[in-house]
Amino acid sequence: MGIRFVLLVNKQGQTRLAQYYAEHLTLDERRALEGEIVRKCLARTEQQCSFVEHRNYKIVYRRYASLFFLVGVDNDEQMEYTYCGSFTHGRSKQFSSVIAYVAMGAVVDVIAYVNELAILEFIHLFVETMDRHFGNVCELDIMFHLEKAHFMLEEMVMNGCIVETSKSNILAPIQLMEKAS
Amino acid sequence: MEQLKTIGRELAMGSQGGAWAGQSKEFLDLVKSIGEARSKAEEDRIILREIESLRRRIAEPDVPRRRMKDYIIRLVYAEMLGHDASFGYIHAVKMTHDDSLPLKRTGYLAVTLFLNDDHDLIILIINTIQKDLRSDNYLVVCAALTAACKLINEETIPAVLPQVVDLLAHPKETVRKKAVMTLHRFYQRSPASVSHLISNFRKRLCDSDPGVMGATLCPLFDLITEDVNSYKDLVASFASILKQVAERKLPKTYDYHQMPAPFIQIKLLKILALLGSGDKQASGQVYNVLSDLFRKCETSSNIGNAVLYECICCVSSIYPNVKLMDAAIEATSKFLKSDSHNLKYMGIDALGRLIKINPDIAEEHQLAVIDCLEDPDDTLKRKTFELLYKMTKSSNVEVIVERMIDYLISIDDNHYKADIASRCVELAEQFAPSNQWFIQTMNKVFEHAGDLVNSRVAHNLMRLIAEGFGEDDEGADSQLRSSAVDSYLRILGEPKLPSLFLQVICWVLGEYGTADGKYTAAYIIGKLCDVTEAHLCNDTVKAYAISAIMKICAFEIAAGRKVEMLPECQSFLDELSASHSTDLQQRAYELQALLCLDSQAAGNVMPLDASCEDVEIDKDLSFLINFVQQSIEKGANPYLPESERLGMSGVSNFSSPYQQEASSHSLRFEAYELPKPSSIPVIPQPFISTSTTDLVLVPDTTYYRENNQASKLIVGPEASSADAGIKLRLDGVQKKWGKPTYSSSSSITTSVEKTTNGVVAHQDGIRSHSRDTTYDSRRQQPEVSVEKQRLAASLFGASASKTEKKATMAQKAPKGNSTNAEKSSVVRSVSPGTSKDKTAPPPDLLDFGEPVPTSAPTIDPFKELEGLIEPASALGPLYNTVKTGGDKAQDLMALHMDTPPSVSRTSLSLASEGTYSTDKSSYTEKPMIAVKKGPNLQDALHKDATARQVGVTPTGNNPNLFRDLLG
Repeated sequence: MGIRFVLLVNKQGQTRLAQYYAEHLTLDERRALEGEIVRKCLARTEQQCSFVEHRNYKIVYRRYASLFFLVGVDNDEQMEYTYCGSFTHGRSKQFSSVIAYVAMGAVVDVIAYVNELAILEFIHLFVETMDRHFGNVCELDIMFHLEKAHFMLEEMVMNGCIVETSKSNILAPIQLMEKAS
Repeated sequence: MEQLKTIGRELAMGSQGGAWAGQSKEFLDLVKSIGEARSKAEEDRIILREIESLRRRIAEPDVPRRRMKDYIIRLVYAEMLGHDASFGYIHAVKMTHDDSLPLKRTGYLAVTLFLNDDHDLIILIINTIQKDLRSDNYLVVCAALTAACKLINEETIPAVLPQVVDLLAHPKETVRKKAVMTLHRFYQRSPASVSHLISNFRKRLCDSDPGVMGATLCPLFDLITEDVNSYKDLVASFASILKQVAERKLPKTYDYHQMPAPFIQIKLLKILALLGSGDKQASGQVYNVLSDLFRKCETSSNIGNAVLYECICCVSSIYPNVKLMDAAIEATSKFLKSDSHNLKYMGIDALGRLIKINPDIAEEHQLAVIDCLEDPDDTLKRKTFELLYKMTKSSNVEVIVERMIDYLISIDDNHYKADIASRCVELAEQFAPSNQWFIQTMNKVFEHAGDLVNSRVAHNLMRLIAEGFGEDDEGADSQLRSSAVDSYLRILGEPKLPSLFLQVICWVLGEYGTADGKYTAAYIIGKLCDVTEAHLCNDTVKAYAISAIMKICAFEIAAGRKVEMLPECQSFLDELSASHSTDLQQRAYELQALLCLDSQAAGNVMPLDASCEDVEIDKDLSFLINFVQQSIEKGANPYLPESERLGMSGVSNFSSPYQQEASSHSLRFEAYELPKPSSIPVIPQPFISTSTTDLVLVPDTTYYRENNQASKLIVGPEASSADAGIKLRLDGVQKKWGKPTYSSSSSITTSVEKTTNGVVAHQDGIRSHSRDTTYDSRRQQPEVSVEKQRLAASLFGASASKTEKKATMAQKAPKGNSTNAEKSSVVRSVSPGTSKDKTAPPPDLLDFGEPVPTSAPTIDPFKELEGLIEPASALGPLYNTVKTGGDKAQDLMALHMDTPPSVSRTSLSLASEGTYSTDKSSYTEKPMIAVKKGPNLQDALHKDATARQVGVTPTGNNPNLFRDLLG
């Protein structure tokens, strides 16, 4: 699960929306992180995977016109394989160690794995939701209605978990608010 | 979306102006100018200007509320673009008080974006949140809950907790959902403060609203991760919910791309994977739903594949089921065959999960895997390496590690380099087919990622070369050593080598450079001197080099040959003697002292190839009794225990010199007291009874010498106890966590081993045919290159023939095959499973705390263990006083339980500090003591000094040296 941040950044590397979960980075850290990630993603071609590893994050990204939607999740790649520090060479010991590893690995993997495809589709759901609200959503819509884009995200993600995926449920409070004002 | 693509960056402001009515002209201008900024610098200028104007205007009295909202959003922009807007935080906090919902919510939003949850201003918002949680307007309550999720910290949880709990029963489903998530957040922040409320999550799972139920899965997932067993009763509920979701019982609005509530399905599958892991009964309740899902999942859409991938993960986690495994394998192969890189990536990941249950699956997909490995896409490549890492065995380790090293060379991200390097090392250590190969592989890893590798790896390598492979084949060991020496001499020609690698090289050259007689001492010494010149090296490398030179000299002297000082060696020595590092200085002087020794003494100081032998420490220093008594008879001062000395002077050790100076008003000629030792010295029996006399009043001329003796007496046990304390403990740890792992775990899995051995033998038999088979499969897929085939064959070994069989026998063969595989997989998966149940696997396997030497099957592993530990306990006859008698297993236990008085010389793992702890010198018999340095600098200094006092130091050369050290 664990979404760590949602970023909207355009081709020029300008941030259009940033929301971090469960961690508060300083301004400088954020700037550095966003810059590095965008550079990494920009360097990739359309055919390559939509997933990039960066430090302790795995970033799932999707590009819409000039805008990159990036979602950072916990990286399970950093498998907690314990380096035993011993050199077991005897060939007879191989199997035991492999099996010990498998037993351990199974536990680790089950606890922390990301469904990258699902995150990718989550991004699309977010875009679809904005599209339904703004109608033909574009970068400018998000810029002019930054707070609304945030409100939608707030409805969809809490504590880094995806909590709402029904577009009408996401938009209902925002529409009510608009009517009221 | 399409629209996004068409609009791009064109800012047709004039025509669209009306669309953003209600916002100020200034805001529109700001957004417009940010949007048009062509560079980061331009953007920064705009924002800085904006901040200046906001700073002025936001503080004006009576800013209209709507205008304030405008300002706040502009502040959000400033922060988002990386500029500090802290001056406006308080205004955002104020805005949360506003009555108007949009303003309030904007205020909350700004506060959550601006403030960390331990910020000082948080306290000002608590009251507002409390008030808003009581509001009649559910949207206000929602806004407050959202803010509470991000702002409430551990200390403030109690302030809002009761209200949040009440809201769990709110009539509005959105409120219930947010309350659940807020409680989840509280649980994440501080599990203890909400532990009594956990049952609420269970209740909310049965909520009538699917949104609330879906949200509740998030906290439940966390809870189940922590404690699987308490939630086993929910397996049936989760399974039935999943079934209902899959059967489209949820409202249409949850559909996404024709999939019914896919995100909820995914969460449920994750939970079921946890609950079913290693639990046959729980897994049984999931099989039906899973097979339904496999049937229903649409593979044409991304989201369908996402659910499918989740199903595969679930299948690989729960208790294996033949039918589901088949379905998972089929889905995986579809992923792998897809053109989309994303799907290939998921496929590789899925394959990595499935081969844990049945390693044979990989064979079918060998070509797809190799395609991914050679793909230019780095993400995919790395994922594939992860898969290869998981499927490495002794038959393919060479190919895989070679590939990994190639990749290691090709990348320059240090993070990944370190990761790949440590994996290479691990695989090489586990599966190395030959010693030669192992050394070469390690050389490559060190060469290309040297400074990123854990220093433990280097010490393991040294130890490996020193101890050999544990087989009683001295010939093979010495062959290994000379091949290592050869390769190192060759590598030294390289222009730039990492310092860790240089340390290894120096050490090995010192120990074994001249061992096989192939190279002369002068040659090796020359090379070692070159090392320090050619490579810009740090003190640690220099220390290794000089010690290596010292060893070679000692070996030469011991063998009765004359050592000629090479000019470069002499200059190196001179350089070190004047070094700022006392450590290097000492080594240099030690070497000089050693050169003056006769052959027997040199041989005793540095015995040949004795790095693995233990230093025996006689804590009572019984061999000194005669010497002491003689000295006392000659009028020397008897030793005073430290406590008595302290009691007399009544001051602490450190201040005593000054104190005495003040009281006696005379010059002190003797060295200052040694720094207080960390461990209490063991006091030799004979001295305790002797009478006490004042140390200071001894006549100057004799005092110096006697002080030496006294300190020698002190230092002996001190050094030994400190050494025993530090080294032994570490040594014990390493053994505890190191070698026994494998041997003890093998005791549990011996039965498995047999079967797998059978399999392996079988595969080996087939492998001879692999050539033909590669041709066959080539006929089927003519476009696949020969090289890939070869790579595949080497990676997957016997596999090729099997895939061919499968291909020709069409449908039947795979089924039979997979059932077989299934059977074997059951055997395999049972053992980890049971071991997991009985004993949380890795830690318990390692745990030597509970001695179980009596149980029958453990006899074997202990024998193995013994073989491993032998070098530690098999001491040279000279040192061996602790006899290993009686029950061997018992003895082993003793080795682990309490720290034996013998210190392993090869405590290489200690050297992390950069100090060198593998000198060869003996504490015992010889009055000549070359003291080695512990990891502690002070200790080292301390010992240094005493060593010199005792006599190793060429005092004639530089008598003042150690005084400086002491001062």
